[in-house]
Amino acid sequence: MTDLNQLERDLLTQVDAAGDEAALETVRVSALGKKGSVSELLKTLGSMTPEERKERGPLINGLRDKVQAAIAARKDTLAEAALEARLSAERIDVTLPVPEAPEARGRLHPISQVIEELTAIFADMGFSVAEGPDIETDYLNFTALNFPEGHPAREMHDTFFLAPDEKGERKVLRTHTSPVQIRTMTSKAPPIRVIIPGRTYRHDSDQTHTPMFHQVEGLVIDKQANIAHMKWVLEEFCKAFFEVEQVKMRFRPSFFPFTEPSAEVDIQCSRKGGEIRFGEGTDWLEILGCGMVHPNVLRNCGLDPDEYQGFAWGMGIDRIAMLKYGMPDLRPFFEADVRWLNHYGFRPLDIPSLVSGLTS
Amino acid sequence: MKFTLSWLKDHLETSAPLDEIVETLTRIGLEVEGVEDKAKTLAPYKVAYVISAVQHPNADRLRVCMVDTGEGDPIQVVCGAPNARTGMKSVFAPPGTYIPGKNITLGVGTIRGVESAGMLCSAAELEISDDHDGIIDLPGDAPVGVPYAAYEGLDDPVIEINLTPNRPDCTSIHGIARDLAAAGLGTLKNDAIAPVQGQGACPVSVTIEDEKLCPVFALRLVRGVKNGPSPEWMQRRLLSIGLRPINALVDITNYMTFDRGRPLHVFDAKKVRGNLTVRRAEEGEEVLALDTRTYKLDPGVVVIADENGVESIGGIMGGEHSGCDEATTDVLIESALWDPLNIAQTGRKLGIITDARYRFERGVDPAFTMPGLDLATKLVMDLCGGEPSEALVAGQVPDNRLTVEFPWSEVPRLSGLDVQPSESETILKKLGFGIQGSGERVSVTAPSWRPDIDGKADLVEEVIRIAGVDRIAPQPLPRLEAAVAKPILTLIQKRTRLARRSLAVRGLVEAVTWSFIAKSEAELFGGGDARLALANPIAAELSDMRPSLLPGLLKAAQRNADRGYGDVALFEVGQTFASDEPEGQSIKAAAVRRGTARAEGVGRHWDGRAEAVDAFDAKADVLALLATLGIPSGGLQIVPGGPAWFHPGRSGTLQFGPKNVVGAFGEVHPKVLKALDLKGPLVAFELNLNALPPPKAKPTKMKPKLNLPDFQPLTRDFAFVVGRDVAAGDIVKAAQGAERQLIVGVDVFDIYEGTGIDPDKKSVAIAVTLQPTEKTLTDVEIESVSAKIVGEVAKKTGAVLRS
Repeated sequence: MTDLNQLERDLLTQVDAAGDEAALETVRVSALGKKGSVSELLKTLGSMTPEERKERGPLINGLRDKVQAAIAARKDTLAEAALEARLSAERIDVTLPVPEAPEARGRLHPISQVIEELTAIFADMGFSVAEGPDIETDYLNFTALNFPEGHPAREMHDTFFLAPDEKGERKVLRTHTSPVQIRTMTSKAPPIRVIIPGRTYRHDSDQTHTPMFHQVEGLVIDKQANIAHMKWVLEEFCKAFFEVEQVKMRFRPSFFPFTEPSAEVDIQCSRKGGEIRFGEGTDWLEILGCGMVHPNVLRNCGLDPDEYQGFAWGMGIDRIAMLKYGMPDLRPFFEADVRWLNHYGFRPLDIPSLVSGLTS
Repeated sequence: MKFTLSWLKDHLETSAPLDEIVETLTRIGLEVEGVEDKAKTLAPYKVAYVISAVQHPNADRLRVCMVDTGEGDPIQVVCGAPNARTGMKSVFAPPGTYIPGKNITLGVGTIRGVESAGMLCSAAELEISDDHDGIIDLPGDAPVGVPYAAYEGLDDPVIEINLTPNRPDCTSIHGIARDLAAAGLGTLKNDAIAPVQGQGACPVSVTIEDEKLCPVFALRLVRGVKNGPSPEWMQRRLLSIGLRPINALVDITNYMTFDRGRPLHVFDAKKVRGNLTVRRAEEGEEVLALDTRTYKLDPGVVVIADENGVESIGGIMGGEHSGCDEATTDVLIESALWDPLNIAQTGRKLGIITDARYRFERGVDPAFTMPGLDLATKLVMDLCGGEPSEALVAGQVPDNRLTVEFPWSEVPRLSGLDVQPSESETILKKLGFGIQGSGERVSVTAPSWRPDIDGKADLVEEVIRIAGVDRIAPQPLPRLEAAVAKPILTLIQKRTRLARRSLAVRGLVEAVTWSFIAKSEAELFGGGDARLALANPIAAELSDMRPSLLPGLLKAAQRNADRGYGDVALFEVGQTFASDEPEGQSIKAAAVRRGTARAEGVGRHWDGRAEAVDAFDAKADVLALLATLGIPSGGLQIVPGGPAWFHPGRSGTLQFGPKNVVGAFGEVHPKVLKALDLKGPLVAFELNLNALPPPKAKPTKMKPKLNLPDFQPLTRDFAFVVGRDVAAGDIVKAAQGAERQLIVGVDVFDIYEGTGIDPDKKSVAIAVTLQPTEKTLTDVEIESVSAKIVGEVAKKTGAVLRS
């Protein structure tokens, strides 16, 4: 009579002692193989009396189950150890750099970013975006906008002219985005609410001026729009654009040929350590010009100034970009120095919106 | 426009402090540019008496002074000025004073072992003159302890306003006072100017040849004057606004220019020969002007001439010959009116900027021509004595006053501010407007000094600038529709934005370069049209409107390389010009990559080589852009070769059919590199966003139905041997066309030239993906498709299957 307990202890000891899968297989064959010690015991069950079988059967089957379970457990342990050994051999140096992602390298120019910011804000106020050509007629750039004959802006030292055509007429590089006001009013019936961002040109180049710069113009024409509305639009814009809770603005009566009444607008700010903050402080910073569209301009567009009215404003995109983001000089905007662009530019997916905020 | 506070108070009865005046000026549209208040900035500086000045014990060049400052004990000061001496009066600054000329704040110090508690100052240290030779040496009767600014009469604050061109009336202090009075800051002193009773006719007559250029010319002779320096009060005022006193007669004209906005001219009557004629200059005529420069004139210039020739450039500057000096005894005073446009043109042409031109080109009050002459005559008589003649007037004083029919409701209509008619009326009257009628609609007549008033809107501006724009409360602009906001961007606007983001995502950095480039560059890139050349470029290299974004980008890349950043990838999305018509302007997107600035990574990397950019990098950029823009690639053709600025063998043209070329990519042509002084490798693309096909209009936003086949796709590889100049694209196209129902993809996965292949051939390996839709393909069916592919490729390209 084999001592089942002894056999079990022997077999379990052998299982535990198996150092690798092959040794474990040897143990398995010796116990559970065709001629294995446990298999031999199982074979004896057939020749037993029912009583004996009833007594020994569960013991022998139990032994088999225990050995099987021990082998399976040992197999898992060995596999685990083998995997661990393999993984520790497969180590890589994760501190090695990967190429910098194109998404991390790419940049948008601040002008593009600011135009998108402006558009997001004014779209919310019901404005669409109008555009026009950079090469304009003298009529649209000056005459239709109520610039008198002989106005200094019409001279060569202020304005870029192209060569005269067969009729002797000289086109100009638009000196402001205002000709698009005329193009809009003559092509679309009121109510009109547009902003007009674009490139503009003046014959000027020094520390603070570049011969090319960017402006955004706004135009509202209907039968009610007045200065009170204009003040609201501009204040709301400034709060939204500079992302501050409050702004204090000062409307100073001023003069432009194409608006009457006209005003220049200052925004209150503080300057500490080269940083400009809006909504606080005691300094005033000029930010835009505005006014009620001049009756002559309305007439030039075929609108009766006693029936239609509205307002317009204009400001420098480059300038408000500088005010918001702190570039100290204008000239580098157009020098394409990657050091400047990397520093002041925006990441490819910094998409301004009113939903997620203009800036991240 | 500069003036002093005391000068203003000659015209304005007011108790308002300086700060309030300054604030009000800006509020009513006379923007204050600066205030120089020496009473404030020089407040700590006082007249002091130097009780003793003795040699410093430890320094040859220093003196130890005991200073009586007028209060308390004498103060010991160490002074380095050579002129410091016992018994002198000078200017003392106590510790804590800011010294503008040195940009320091004084402290109590010890200088070479001797304590010094303050400073005796030079004029340069106070920034009142350049004199830094020694400390200020005051007369013996200077009162000790009195503020120096007050003693010296420097305590009259100088205000400078930035005048808008529509306000000639405020080129006079009187006009500024009128505005301030209207704004409630006091009362305008507006005494009538008594006409001068002259004796006898003016002996010099005046002929005006063109009354459009000079509507009126008034002249008066004052005999027996004694010219010399003008009185100190006048000199001081002129000096404080930056004018150099000359002599009484000239100073009077300058004084009148600022006091009343009425430029005048004085001729030395003895130097004038014969009568005066106001006429156009003759071509080539010359005049030596008061600025001692000689000007060459032409018939555009209006002059005052006598028998000597040109004596004065009308309304701009007098001539040296007949100018008044200390020897002048008889003076002719001119008060005339000139055509603003002609004055502006002449001034610009001759490059002369004078206070007279500044006023005449804006528009001088015609009605003040005679009072101005009378007032000037009176000043001459007061300061220089003499006997006036009667005034001679050639031409006529024009009546420029405009009357506007004005409903009071216009003010609230345009401003949104509910100003009562009574308030509007008060404001307009105080500004000198005449109001006729009553009720809701009146007639308003502009004063003669307001040529800018041209209609109702101008009157609204007058009312609200005085009433206060601050009073207008912001009012929300109502939405046009009570609805969710509609999309607003046009197709090209959307594409422009998307293009920028798309290119930036590929690691490209956006540049904004000049819209104008050098003519040679324009020509190199298909431009140079004479109609796109500027008549007055700011610089030779910025002369022509750009036909392409590439010259600007390529040069920018090189500039970066020159600074040590050679691996640079730049793009621009912006306007280019094919003609001077609006239709000739189009938005292009372009990018350049230089060195190793590839999308996958820049520079050397431990995991691979530092590969130089090639045409495929540019191709990948432009195809990525097209994909981001949602342009269906179906109709897109890529044709070998590109425009002249690309390497002919390493470039491609992008087109939707031969008539619709939308762009190109490739390696930049070596000739272009040479011409622009660039170093490669440089690759680029340019795409015309305006030329891209618009998306197809669809009735709904529904995407096409998705059909997922039940069968797996399978791939078969083919290696073809073809002639070297066969385009891989043609092989791909031929394979695709072999069995359109089944073939869903063809990829080129290997190109081989070399051993085992004829020297004039290459091997092109493609992987063809088949997607069965009805049933799994049998081997026979696959074989048959394969045979079709081989056949089709052979037919179209002459390829044979590589054995």
